[in-house]
Amino acid sequence: MGQLLENILTDNKDSGGIYSRAEEFLQVFKKGTEFTQDLLKENERLRFRVLEVEQQYRSETPNVELQLLKESLQRAEAEKQEILDKIRSVEQENLDFSNRYAEIEAENNLLANLYITTYQLHSTFEVSEIIRIIEEVLLNLVGAEKFALFICDDNEQLFQPTINETGEPQIASVQNSDVRIATALSEGQNWIASVDELKILGDTEVKAVIPLTVDDDVIGVLAVYRLLAQKSGFSEIDEEIFSLLGNHAAMAICTAVLRHESVGRINLRQGFLAQV
Amino acid sequence: MSEYRVLVVEDSPTMRQLIVFALKRIRNLYIEEAADGVGGLKKLSAQKFDLVVTDINMPIMDGLKLVSLIRNDPQYREVPVVVITTEGATEDRDRALALGANEYITKPIQTARILEVARKMLGI
Repeated sequence: MGQLLENILTDNKDSGGIYSRAEEFLQVFKKGTEFTQDLLKENERLRFRVLEVEQQYRSETPNVELQLLKESLQRAEAEKQEILDKIRSVEQENLDFSNRYAEIEAENNLLANLYITTYQLHSTFEVSEIIRIIEEVLLNLVGAEKFALFICDDNEQLFQPTINETGEPQIASVQNSDVRIATALSEGQNWIASVDELKILGDTEVKAVIPLTVDDDVIGVLAVYRLLAQKSGFSEIDEEIFSLLGNHAAMAICTAVLRHESVGRINLRQGFLAQV
Repeated sequence: MSEYRVLVVEDSPTMRQLIVFALKRIRNLYIEEAADGVGGLKKLSAQKFDLVVTDINMPIMDGLKLVSLIRNDPQYREVPVVVITTEGATEDRDRALALGANEYITKPIQTARILEVARKMLGI
């Protein structure tokens, strides 16, 4: 287009004013052309710059995000660890409480058994009733299947079996009895077989011997020969019940016998008041 | 006012006391006692119970007969029944369960076991 204008202007060079105006126009047009080219170059440069910035942004953004994600993950890991530690702590606490609860339950069971044994033993003056209570305690609370209660005679030489689940109810001498029974009678100490001893003891051999004592006098002995099938050994509760029976059964029997012998001869109220 | 009513049928005073002693740990529980099956039935006919705990071996009327009568009477057939048996007496236990007993407790009795079974039967 510039060439066309130049030709037109050349054809009309003699036209004076028109030529100069055309020249001016041509100069302006050239400047416009140059300006346009500059603009195009600047546009090109800026586009290139935009591309550069975009590329830089693309390359830098993931790093920033990754860093943020890593930090977030670390925080989450720390929180997770903290929560896990708390869970472990709570679990341990729960286990402790559970164990404590089991201990308290066992204690409660023991106390209930001891309370009821004592209560029952001292609830009657009838010797036969006391013996029935001893049987019930041995069978239902201890879990003894075969047992015997022997009462010593006056010179402490003979046993009179009052409960005998082991065989013939014969009177036996101390000398001919099981050595453990004789020892319990002479020393006044309980003997209770351990789990290991129970494994080697024969069916007819005694498994536990409890002397019945009032103060230091041994009035008889309680012998356990066999436990119920589900019992593999004597528990702590059994030992406590044996100890209680050893003292309270003896006292209950003595009290019942004295009461029986003194009926009509002793006025309880006057006798009590006389001793107060 | 008591929320639950339990009937304990047991001829042995010692065992009855132990069972009642254990059950008393449940709050709002009213307990009636009977020494044999006949006494148990009398109590059952006089008032409503939420649970019956009965021994099997009893004089006059044993626990098996009691379970059978309870299950065959429309008045109390829905009442849960727990029987007390000795460990070796599996025949009695099976028979009681076949007659309609809901649970069983074996001797020697543990208070924790009585509580566990009673709570289960009462749904608490």
